[in-house]
Amino acid sequence: MNTADQYLKAIYLIQQAEDGPAATGKLADRLDVSPASANEMIGKLESRGLAEHEKYKGVKLTDEGIVRARDALQTYCIIERFLANVLAVEEFRSEARELEAVIDGTVAERLDTIIERRPECPDCFDPEDDACACLEVTFEEETIAD
Amino acid sequence: MSVGHSVTSDHQLARLLQIGIVLEEVVEARAHHHYQSLAEEDRDLDDEIESLLEHAAEESAEHRNALEELIAGLEADSVPFEEIETLVEAQYGQTKPEDFDGILYDQLCNEETAYKFYDDLIKAIEDSDVEFSVDRATLLSVLRDLRAAERDGVERVTTIMEERA
Repeated sequence: MNTADQYLKAIYLIQQAEDGPAATGKLADRLDVSPASANEMIGKLESRGLAEHEKYKGVKLTDEGIVRARDALQTYCIIERFLANVLAVEEFRSEARELEAVIDGTVAERLDTIIERRPECPDCFDPEDDACACLEVTFEEETIAD
Repeated sequence: MSVGHSVTSDHQLARLLQIGIVLEEVVEARAHHHYQSLAEEDRDLDDEIESLLEHAAEESAEHRNALEELIAGLEADSVPFEEIETLVEAQYGQTKPEDFDGILYDQLCNEETAYKFYDDLIKAIEDSDVEFSVDRATLLSVLRDLRAAERDGVERVTTIMEERA
């Protein structure tokens, strides 16, 4: 997933949670980047017709941006589910965040052939938990710890 | 969350190599599965596809070994092939491609996906200045060889598809 897709996914999740535009500061916090970097990428997304920036309000995805963001979220869900269910990685959330930049959507689609994902994906993604709400994990340590 | 494309630790590299192994296992298991479906039905009818699938399965096994050698240097576990084969069977066994075009298309996706994976991984390693436990030059050389083999695989399948079009 390239950097732009990571931004689109983050904007989409904030937009969903806030039911409105994503404030640049929140976006920068979520991605752990500087506000200047976030602004720079927002400008790029705007020029590609994927997002619209409203002064003092934040950034909002266009319809095309939403499609791309949902694809990116689905890729992320596949990576999380694959790590949790196939490789039995307990720290699947943090590892998925590390790996998402290197795993392309086409690669995730292939990994998707060996996992069981619900048809409602990615709508079942829970931003609070940073994981699919339907994800069943076989190890209990992490769910207890969280 | 990390924004960017570089591999930043031994652990992350090991995990990516593990994913490479699983991808190769998926290719091998699917090729084997298709091969078996040909054996039951039309094997005699198409030597070219039979040989393509046989080659794909053998090549994937070789690639797995190469990746396993790399992750052995990183002290990470490999993923047993039988486990992946079972998963492939469970998810894929009931929906085998209906015809030879389906098999070829699936094989093309396999090769293209593996190529993309190695290409992204190589770039992510090149972008990183982390010193890994395995020798960087050897690591990149092995991965570039695997990527080249996948590129050849894409060409092989594409040629067959074009001849049959």
